[in-house]
Amino acid sequence: MKTSNRQVDGVTIVDCSGRITLGEGSVTLRDSVRDLLGKGNKKILLNLGDVNYIDSSGIGELVSAYTTVKNQGGELKLLNLTKKVHDLLQITKLYTVFDVKDDEAAAVKSFGK
Amino acid sequence: MTAHRVSYTLDSTLDTVNSAEEAASQIATEAGFGDEEVMKIAMAVREAAVNAVLHGNAYDPGKKVTVDFERTAKNLVITIRDQGKGLDLDKIPDPLAAENLLKTSGRGIFLIRSFMDEVEIHPSKTGTEIKLIKHVHGSSVDGKEASQ
Repeated sequence: MKTSNRQVDGVTIVDCSGRITLGEGSVTLRDSVRDLLGKGNKKILLNLGDVNYIDSSGIGELVSAYTTVKNQGGELKLLNLTKKVHDLLQITKLYTVFDVKDDEAAAVKSFGK
Repeated sequence: MTAHRVSYTLDSTLDTVNSAEEAASQIATEAGFGDEEVMKIAMAVREAAVNAVLHGNAYDPGKKVTVDFERTAKNLVITIRDQGKGLDLDKIPDPLAAENLLKTSGRGIFLIRSFMDEVEIHPSKTGTEIKLIKHVHGSSVDGKEASQ
């Protein structure tokens, strides 16, 4: 998996692409979120529009990222889920746990000031 | 009925997980399953392989993972075995329970059961065998008929 970061109105948008799976994408995502938190960026929007595959380890990593950011007083939201990722979050009942957005501008505005 | 059977013996590495997933995808495609079903079968196999490599064999280079694919007119049966201590089914929490929703692991078996038509798990002191069965579209037979 690859990630690249953008800053929009105080929100860090992490554009993710590829697979979030055990041993590859999971580590990349973890490092990316830790790096952002280390720099004080606590409003994080994970753009998963180009993530075409995620396994249970990847789901666990999303949960870990969510709770880690939340425990540090920040917010982590998801943007542009592909059908596969959407369906996985539905059947694991995580769709209601995460704040899922499908419009970037609206997602950015939804973060607290 | 002509049965096709392929068997792989693999090391306890992450490469094995990817190899098992790729083989499942190819065999399921050749068996005539659609894209959605192929994805589900491949993901179920991936999750079972992850369990075998990580939780079963614990990356032990002296232990192997075997993956068998058996294709009949009615079923695709995939059997994955490890040489670990045996999965303790009582210790697998319900990942949908409210208290477990935010756990970072424990969803593999749940996803496998969600994606396959039948799942049999046979733990023993010498390892765990998990049998994944997908009915060929239009077939309503008992999947156990295809396993031996």
